[in-house]
Amino acid sequence: MATEITPDKNDEAESIGEINKYDFRTETEAVFKAQKGLNEEIVRQISAMKEEPEWMLEFRLKALEIFESKPMPEWGGDIDINFQDIYYYLKPTDGQEKSWDDVPEEIKETFDRLGIPEAERKFLAGVKAQFESEVVYGSVAEDLEKQGVIFTDTDSALKEHPELFREYFGTIIPSEDNKFSALNSAVWSGGSFIYVPPGVKIEFPLQAYFRINAQNMGQFERTLIIVDEGAEIHYVEGCTAPMYSSDSLHSAVVEVIVKKNGRCRYTTIQNWANNIYNLVTKRAVCYADATMEWVDGNLGSQLTMKYPAVYMMEPGAHGEILSIAFAGNGQHQDAGAKLVHAAPHTTGQIISKSISKNGGRSSYRGLVRVEEGATHAKNNVVCDALILDPESRSDTYPYIEIMEQDVSIGHEASVSRIGEEQLFYLTSRGLSETEASAMIVNGFIEPLVKELPMEYAVELNRLIQLQMEGSVG
Amino acid sequence: MTHVLKIENLQVAVEGKPILRGVDLEIKHGETHALMGPNGSGKSTLGQAIMGHPKYEVTGGSITLDGEDLLEMEPDERARAGMFMAFQRPVAIPGVKMADFLRHSTTNVRNPERKEGEDLIPMKDFRRELKDKMQQLQMDMEFARRYVNDGFSGGEMKRAEILQLAMLQPKFAILDETDSGLDADAVRLASESIADIGREKMGLLIITHHDKLLVHNPPEFTHVMLGGRLVETGGSELAEELHANGYERIRAAYPEAEAENLAMAGE
Repeated sequence: MATEITPDKNDEAESIGEINKYDFRTETEAVFKAQKGLNEEIVRQISAMKEEPEWMLEFRLKALEIFESKPMPEWGGDIDINFQDIYYYLKPTDGQEKSWDDVPEEIKETFDRLGIPEAERKFLAGVKAQFESEVVYGSVAEDLEKQGVIFTDTDSALKEHPELFREYFGTIIPSEDNKFSALNSAVWSGGSFIYVPPGVKIEFPLQAYFRINAQNMGQFERTLIIVDEGAEIHYVEGCTAPMYSSDSLHSAVVEVIVKKNGRCRYTTIQNWANNIYNLVTKRAVCYADATMEWVDGNLGSQLTMKYPAVYMMEPGAHGEILSIAFAGNGQHQDAGAKLVHAAPHTTGQIISKSISKNGGRSSYRGLVRVEEGATHAKNNVVCDALILDPESRSDTYPYIEIMEQDVSIGHEASVSRIGEEQLFYLTSRGLSETEASAMIVNGFIEPLVKELPMEYAVELNRLIQLQMEGSVG
Repeated sequence: MTHVLKIENLQVAVEGKPILRGVDLEIKHGETHALMGPNGSGKSTLGQAIMGHPKYEVTGGSITLDGEDLLEMEPDERARAGMFMAFQRPVAIPGVKMADFLRHSTTNVRNPERKEGEDLIPMKDFRRELKDKMQQLQMDMEFARRYVNDGFSGGEMKRAEILQLAMLQPKFAILDETDSGLDADAVRLASESIADIGREKMGLLIITHHDKLLVHNPPEFTHVMLGGRLVETGGSELAEELHANGYERIRAAYPEAEAENLAMAGE
């Protein structure tokens, strides 16, 4: 995140000179460095390092078997990963840090430049920052603890809340779900664990901050959120990754449970370096009259494959997915959404906006399924694509499976190019062509950006502006 | 120094078809010029060519501002040099708020050397100025939060163009039918606003069919365009005559230009 948090979310004035801060490395010496590659021995070592209970080791080993037996997905994008050339576990410091003062200087410097202290000042919420594979700094606001909210890293949750953990872990996304959920299940490390007790409404967004910072290092964080009956939470994660030259893999699993009358919004803004494979499985189940919203912004990466899902299990459940994808040179964003209506009177909405430029490719891949008996289900899908030049590409793959008669399903899709008249109008008022294009693009995604917390909206507008520079002409 | 906009023997084609066939026009800062003529005679083309619309290809002649070659400049450079055009049908930019657009625009025009990403004019100053200007134009502040021309009524669009004129304070402004599509009250308000903002403070080129705009902004010069040429130039009495009697006399007096006008209009 940018360190400047301005009161005006549209004030992106001082952004351009700051690109470098998203592209730095801080020298760190990992205390323990696992070997490259993946085998049973490595998985056992990870589990032993973490002093995990036996059941988790078994869970990991079973997942490894599943991973090895599953073929690569044959759809989506081209995946060319040498799984033996990746580090599966790195531990930057010896233990969990208690306070900011204890955080090692090099790591602090990285966080400083990322604006973590500002984020903390800004919000009196807990800030969880994952550096490499382990959470090194975290704080939980006192009032959250008083309300019984658990907000910790997933490794600590396994130790401190073993029963709650085991009740839900892996129940929404089983290891068998897909090759990459199996991989994550075998080698997962870090991520956030959140439990919100019944009726507790958290007024401010809870933020996690993490980034990859070691060459050839996979990051396999695992997030589990349980929103109990009538509870509410807005969880925000954002990433900026430094640029590296060799391939890197990010493969997270995020599981969310929203119980009766609960409400969860999960906001992600990701800006990965161009060589990263970002293959993430995100899924929520939503019970009676509960609401789940995924707000998902994808920038950067070589290939992103991510389709946040909501399974609406009981009447009155509502699922909503807002997705923004920006594909630049050498990037393929295969992003989308999945809504499953498994009960009557459930409602769902997907809004997807994608931008392709400089030969970038963005695809919308979405599934809407209405199960038998899910009468009066209502679903609406809107996907708009903006293509900035003839080299770029946009595709739409909408899948609709309806097993019930009495339902209402809508789908609209549009593809447009930046209009000559729009560019002329803005440039004739003194805006350069780049500024004008960035403004048009920001306008295009505005309906989604206004759903973001203000500093994320500022950040996204800045990232878009940086991405747009020199792109037209 | 008095600023001068000078157009000499300007020829413009659109998609290979000639529209302007040699236009000469000189406007000095502080003067008001009316540009009249039947539909399809090339009036709007002149405006678009002066601002540098990429679709309007200049095939001959020159346009200079204080001796600087405008044709060498991109549209944004022309705006920064002090040129402005109020569009007849401004395009919508969904998702972009009027205030954000205007703040960028105003900053660039006031600091022509500004590079992308450098500071914008301070929000506080900008808001105050915008508020003043909007009050003068009897516009609600809510308007600044709406998306540029998106879902605007005809009257709102024209007022938004006048607001931009007021904020940008160009050296020369072309007003392309800023009175069209407005009811009588709106025309009066627009006319008074333009007189207040621009008259004698800029060089104005008013393209119009309506006499109201010219009542409040009596032109020192009236030019009549027919078939892509300026066939006659006079004072404000010429504008009055054309409003009263139409273009019959002009069409009859310049049969060659009339033939070209018919040919262009027929396409």
